[in-house]
Amino acid sequence: MGFEGIGASVKRKEDGRFLAGRGNYVDDMRQTGQLHAVIKRSDRPHAKILSIDTAAAAAAPGVVAVYTGADMAAEGIGGLPCGWQIHNKDGSPMAEPPHPVLAVGKVRHVGDSVAVVIAETRQQAKDAAELLVIDYEDLPAIASVRDAVAPGAARVHDEVADNQCYDWHIGDKAIVDAAFARAKHVVKLDLLNNRLIPNAMEPRAAIGDCDVAGNYTLYTTSQNPHVIRLLMGAFVLHIPEHQLRVVAPDVGGGFGSKIYHYAEEAIVTWAAGKLRRPVRWTAERSESFITDAHGRDHDSTAEMALDEAGNFLALRVRSLCNMGAYLSTFGPAVPTYLYATLLAGVYKTPAIYAEVRAVFTNTVPVDAYRGAGRPEATYLLERLVDTIAHDTGLDRVELRRRNFIPADAFPYQTPVALQYDSGDYVATLESALKAADWAGFPARRRAAAARGKLRGIGMSTYVEACGIAPSHVVGSLGARAGLYEVAEIRVHPTGSVSVFTGTHSHGQGHETTFAQLIAAQLGVPMSQVDVVHGDTAKIPFGMGTYGSRSLPVGGSAIVKAVDKIIAKGKKIAAHLMEASVDDIEFKDGKFTVIGTDRSKALAEISLAAYVPHNYPIDELEPGLDETAFYDPKNFTFPGGCHICEIEIDADTGVPHVVNFVAVDDVGRVINPMIVEGQVQGGVAQGIGQALIENAVYDSAGQLVTGSFMDYNMPRADNVPNIHVGTETTLCTHNPLGVKGCGEVGAIGSPPAVINAVVDALSDYGVRHIDMPASPQKIWSIIQAGRPALAAE
Amino acid sequence: MPQVSLTVNGKAHKVEVEGRTLLVELLREKLGLTGTHVGCDTSQCGACVVHVDGNSTKSCSMLAIQAEGCSITTIEGLAKADGTLHPMQEMFREHHALQCGFCTPGMVMSAIDLVKMHPQGLSEAEIREGLEGNLCRCTGYHNIVKAIAAAWPLMHGHAMPAAAE
Repeated sequence: MGFEGIGASVKRKEDGRFLAGRGNYVDDMRQTGQLHAVIKRSDRPHAKILSIDTAAAAAAPGVVAVYTGADMAAEGIGGLPCGWQIHNKDGSPMAEPPHPVLAVGKVRHVGDSVAVVIAETRQQAKDAAELLVIDYEDLPAIASVRDAVAPGAARVHDEVADNQCYDWHIGDKAIVDAAFARAKHVVKLDLLNNRLIPNAMEPRAAIGDCDVAGNYTLYTTSQNPHVIRLLMGAFVLHIPEHQLRVVAPDVGGGFGSKIYHYAEEAIVTWAAGKLRRPVRWTAERSESFITDAHGRDHDSTAEMALDEAGNFLALRVRSLCNMGAYLSTFGPAVPTYLYATLLAGVYKTPAIYAEVRAVFTNTVPVDAYRGAGRPEATYLLERLVDTIAHDTGLDRVELRRRNFIPADAFPYQTPVALQYDSGDYVATLESALKAADWAGFPARRRAAAARGKLRGIGMSTYVEACGIAPSHVVGSLGARAGLYEVAEIRVHPTGSVSVFTGTHSHGQGHETTFAQLIAAQLGVPMSQVDVVHGDTAKIPFGMGTYGSRSLPVGGSAIVKAVDKIIAKGKKIAAHLMEASVDDIEFKDGKFTVIGTDRSKALAEISLAAYVPHNYPIDELEPGLDETAFYDPKNFTFPGGCHICEIEIDADTGVPHVVNFVAVDDVGRVINPMIVEGQVQGGVAQGIGQALIENAVYDSAGQLVTGSFMDYNMPRADNVPNIHVGTETTLCTHNPLGVKGCGEVGAIGSPPAVINAVVDALSDYGVRHIDMPASPQKIWSIIQAGRPALAAE
Repeated sequence: MPQVSLTVNGKAHKVEVEGRTLLVELLREKLGLTGTHVGCDTSQCGACVVHVDGNSTKSCSMLAIQAEGCSITTIEGLAKADGTLHPMQEMFREHHALQCGFCTPGMVMSAIDLVKMHPQGLSEAEIREGLEGNLCRCTGYHNIVKAIAAAWPLMHGHAMPAAAE
């Protein structure tokens, strides 16, 4: 056994089963008597449902049932709830139109659920679904945010005027306007944050089951089974918690897309209750494209006011953001509290004002995707800073340095609500500049030019907010849930340990990191620690995994539970060793009477706790099992510097990332191997967003990029080796000093890539290029710029 | 219903299938070998790669009846009976080349074939190009490429020729 303490790159405990093909994903499960559900999807972006003729489908071989929205409505099944309510500038609540599980009266996006066919085999259900006769009357469709706000635009929801979900703002407009009025320079940039499709490799799946007593079980590909139990049980199917178990076993990636409560979860659970047989559904990838919540899709204008020396005086931002056809679980929170509150970035800009208008369109609902709001804020700011450098001639590194929040200014209150607890932006910048050999770039650029390549380098310096957040704060901002986390630690009689965590691992390696953490704290080998997650029947409660919260919030709950175990252990040890509790210390797995060689191992204490023959039974309950809820005191604020170096083929416009350096401050690192993997994966998604990924709807509302043939996923030859470094400042308000690492890669990287592309094209008069910087766009810029270049 | 006779992980099977049944459906649904995954419906993602008579094959792009008389190896058949992992599996573990694990079976099966097909050695660029047919959303490929390079000498029994690196 090598060193497995905090800071060791311990190999993952979960890998054995995954490598052997013994993972247990939802679609791998088999239930006795199971039925297969296939959901009929709307192929229309916007239409009235005039009639649904189910007769032929219902009579097809193997078909057990066909249900439509009318059947669910007749039983009083609720719509899918939204978990976050935003208020408009005037204080009124956002528009929150109903989101029926199966469409009622109308379909509002391609992929909307129209009916479910349930049969003995999947093929029978698929065949029968083809026999459904649905008579639609097409309605005009809204395909983009610009369409949604155009004068006279059709309405996605009859009751929602101007397709507006909300019109929200943050910051002090008067102060910002005054700063602009006296500014020496104003730099303005219009930019799009392209719509993305998360595409976790495992398609979503759900299995509903119901026993004779009416106890339900849902197996689902979820990042947060307790949240699904709460939302589906309380708001949709009206099943009390004690009769609804939700299990999220091995889950093949989430990236946000598996946070939300989806229609299919309710459909299979409800149908299982009606048919008293297990009902299973697994998405085909084509379904994933048109039903998994999409990400990003902002259309923004940013303006910075500057003084003569290049100090940022004020920032003004307007964003038009897409909610899709219905509100997904956390959709409204993303372009507001997860976006605009990050617009200070790493800069001491004294005044900021942002207006966000969110609109409905006839597209798939939009919600959090890896980074959720913070990538959009970072992209906007870091593109704006490079554009300021471009327009004013100031050096982009010096411009950043000049405006950084200094390391001695923490805790730092931004003008947009957040208070950063710690950070050192110069440290991550310097480290990244060195690792990327920024100083040596001009020589590399000349060498590339000699080979006919246009070489560019770009950076982004960013901060983000994780571990969201004190429950009373998010409650005041419109969250309809608490955001604490839960851990139960059970020391078994012989001293092995199970931890039950409310977070969920779908690739993050919690079975390893959490075991490493507990092993270090309780002084037991990792092999003696079992991490249990993903089952509401086993874990007291939990809010799940998203927003890089597992270690900052879930890990803190674990520490709190460990503290309780140790406190109780000390009392038992004091009794056994006839000493005062105050004289007992716990270290390296042993309870010792301070200053003596008398000690008891944890296993001796746990045995005494479960076999309490010699035990302070009058003062202490038997057993060694403690639960803790941890509600965070603040967000955590990871930050850092990403540098991208790119080469463009001048003849074809094809960009190739030749070097990528990410230096991040994620607080204390438990397992560097896992942190590096998280950052590398996030960076690949960021490079994907910047260069190749794009969810495209045509003007009629059809998703053009509806398969892996059309939606450009990063492949192994689209990304380089990714150098990952860390510079650490500790989080000051959680017991581990951790900040979270799951999203930094996807947040910091897109602007670094685009800044590099713009730099590579600097001779061609380009000021900005929207993502994705496709070869076609780049080639067009080169073609347009060539005559001007030749004329010089 | 047509029958297909084939060997899977060394064991002979005779299975009734529909004409339209895909090889991956036979493996997952009829034989319960759920290690082979389905990640798309356009033969793009590679999560379903198995070896058919030793060649890596997307089992979603082949009908079960086409596998008549074939010898199939799936991820479940790679490790030795005593549980010793194949060197590629071992290097994936060693280099943290998997996160959620969903693409991993197909990735490992493709990688083994890639290494076998390149006895002269594999450069990083060749590895990346060789993975064109396998998507991973978690790792950014960095550690997968490292793992494959590390497995090459273990599979070929000698160091990779310097020119290839």
